[in-house]
Amino acid sequence: MAVRALALSLGAALVALTLGPLALVLARAGDAAGLGPADWAAVRFTLTQAALSAVVSVALAVPVARALARRRFPGRGLLIALLGAPFLLPVIVAVLGLLAVFGRSGLLNRGLEALGLPPVSVYGLHGVVLAHVFFNMPFAVRLILQGWLAIPAERFRLAESLGLTPRDVGRHLERPMLREVLPGTLLVIFVICLSSFAVALTLGGGPGATTVELAIFQALRFEFDLGRAALLATLQFAICAAAVLSAGAVALPAGFGAGLDRKPVTLAPGGWRRFADAVTLSAAAAFLILPLGMVVARGVPGLLSLPPEVWAAAGRSLAVALPSALLAVSGALVLALAAPAFGLVATLPLAASSLVLGTGLFLAAHPFVNPSRIALPVTMLVNAVLSLPFAFRILAPEARALQADYGRLAAALDLRGLARLRWLTLPRLRRPLGFALGVSAALAMGDLGVIALFAGEGGATLPLLVQRLMGAYRMEQAAAAALLLVLTSFALFWVFDRAGRHASA
Amino acid sequence: MKLPVLAAGFVLTATVAAAETPVLTVLTYDSFTSEWGPGPAVETAFEAVCGCDLRLIGAGDGAALLARVQLEGARTEADVVLGLDTNLTAAAAATDLFAPHGIEATLDLPVAWQDPLFLPFDWGWFAFVHKRDMAKVSASFEELAASDATIVIQDPRSSTPGLGLLMWVKAAYGDRAAGIWQGLADNIVTVTPGWSEAYGLFLEGEADMVLSYTTSPAYHLISEKDDSKAAAAFAEGHYLQVEVAGKLASTDQPELADRFLRFLLEEPVQSVIPTTNWMYPAKRPQAGLPAGFDTLVQPARSLLLPPEEARALRQGALAEWQSALSR
Repeated sequence: MAVRALALSLGAALVALTLGPLALVLARAGDAAGLGPADWAAVRFTLTQAALSAVVSVALAVPVARALARRRFPGRGLLIALLGAPFLLPVIVAVLGLLAVFGRSGLLNRGLEALGLPPVSVYGLHGVVLAHVFFNMPFAVRLILQGWLAIPAERFRLAESLGLTPRDVGRHLERPMLREVLPGTLLVIFVICLSSFAVALTLGGGPGATTVELAIFQALRFEFDLGRAALLATLQFAICAAAVLSAGAVALPAGFGAGLDRKPVTLAPGGWRRFADAVTLSAAAAFLILPLGMVVARGVPGLLSLPPEVWAAAGRSLAVALPSALLAVSGALVLALAAPAFGLVATLPLAASSLVLGTGLFLAAHPFVNPSRIALPVTMLVNAVLSLPFAFRILAPEARALQADYGRLAAALDLRGLARLRWLTLPRLRRPLGFALGVSAALAMGDLGVIALFAGEGGATLPLLVQRLMGAYRMEQAAAAALLLVLTSFALFWVFDRAGRHASA
Repeated sequence: MKLPVLAAGFVLTATVAAAETPVLTVLTYDSFTSEWGPGPAVETAFEAVCGCDLRLIGAGDGAALLARVQLEGARTEADVVLGLDTNLTAAAAATDLFAPHGIEATLDLPVAWQDPLFLPFDWGWFAFVHKRDMAKVSASFEELAASDATIVIQDPRSSTPGLGLLMWVKAAYGDRAAGIWQGLADNIVTVTPGWSEAYGLFLEGEADMVLSYTTSPAYHLISEKDDSKAAAAFAEGHYLQVEVAGKLASTDQPELADRFLRFLLEEPVQSVIPTTNWMYPAKRPQAGLPAGFDTLVQPARSLLLPPEEARALRQGALAEWQSALSR
């Protein structure tokens, strides 16, 4: 089958692009020394914080997603769109936003002070988890909400006509769906948090909060010990691979069968559940909106006095983000349609240290071409590779359902190639495709990993410029440029996501 | 067969262009090349006199520069590296990628300078910056450790100021450094990956003090007309960050590179350093320092470990730091 062949070559390309740079770094390094006790401490901390962050994010996301699935209220669409925002914030911007709420002189502590209560400190393992939950819980809500919306309306009607209680609905419809969706969601968040370093260090409070990624950074930047960097990156890969394999073993297809695309039925149980949902949604909205609001409040004053370089950089970022998103989503679609076995390959880039990736690509490109000349194409390619796992995670469950529900019919009708793509795949996957495009585009917009190594004269993207402004003491302009970055990322996300949710078939 | 012809055409135009104006490629840190750094002024001034094209390539911070040079090895297109500091020069010298500069210059540095490979272009004292209205400002590390003032510092594994602080404590206290760090542990709110995160947290009010430079208040004073920031003077002396430039041995423009190194110490560069890089110029400009610099703290003692010693001490100092703060 053509899709399979395409997926195989794509998978090979992905493996080459993620493991190739690692191999190049290792080849250049010669022999690598073993890992010391400090490295193992870093591994332990990395695993602890990533596991905690994933579990807390998902545990909080389930009730939020359920409330969103079964309630209709004004502003629901906006809230769902807003759920894409934290995930897209540049790390330092999000951290400053969180600190404006939870920090030493933040809203929370000022409130506590007014009540005569002692202040709370946000620094430590709980701060790291707080920030990671802020980033990832909304993403988890979106992934889980998709699962809810993918339950055919017929099942809910049947449940209603059988007079099932909310508990029964939970047991027969919701839990099988969660069993399919949650392992993947947990996995993707765990792996994202695995390579965290700026958040973990800044909010972790000190060297106790060292992650493997920081150790890689140190090895590359300060010791130029390529062997150590490659060794640590391999370790990171191994942890990720173990996580992917174990998640694959837990996930089970829900097996609802196909529906007739009837308008979704909302089972909206009343009584205390109504109240609980309202509380859940308000709390989640406040948790997201307060820090985001602080980011906006900080950025607005400088927005009108931004230097022209900022707008040029925003243009460059857009020029990178759009093709990169298209590349990532087409790749993810091919892999998702081919076979579930590609899950491992599709998740691989997440575990890659972007530092090692950049270094390896630099080593590969340098003999042939001046790196600064290919800065933007390389950034585009790397961003496509790095956001493919997210797109895959969004597309995979529904692509699998599509294969199970319509695969035989399509085969019987001999619907193949482009015709199948046009008449079956694209219309049925429109919602996740729009979401995946939005996430990939916005992620590419905010990336800082590779451009920093390749950028030459006047080639800065918006995130790089934000960093340069901060480095030049211009915190206010940096905040404004960061707001511009957030606004453009969010606009990209919103346009694609909305197109996916609302386009008429 | 059009492609080879086309390619040959490109090569030809490229060589012709190169023959007309030689290109000098300078690898430097990001904030030097940015629109707000000294880069644009340096480029204009040098191109006006050299008959060449000066290309400034930004590559992260000082440590990233060294890593970049090591990655590229002798094949590098860069002719000059600008922006390493003395905590990194021993490692840089050990790569054998740098050539002697051969320049005799009188410098306005608080310490004597003789390094055959690296030439300073600016310098600054590390210091803890605080709001001027802070109630009790510590006057030494020991006082700071005993006080309940909160500080934000940078990680020595990911930033040059963080490494500078490590060397500062080591240079001032030697074998007692571990004890100083243990005393400081409860003052440290958090450790950030780089300078800008730390300074941002300080401006947000997350800590009373931040590790930066004695010149940081000058930025606020001159650019923002804000005199609310000050640097604390420490009795044991302040560690220096001396930023240097060096010529790569593989350069294809050795004369132009030498000329650029000499130019770095001339008026057009040195006069813009204070208000673009917010550091002290290595050679005092004729007009003196800009108004506002006279209000800054002048440390009585300058500390600086010789490059080789700084390099040799680093692993041990890092281990002390890590074990004192991990508790």
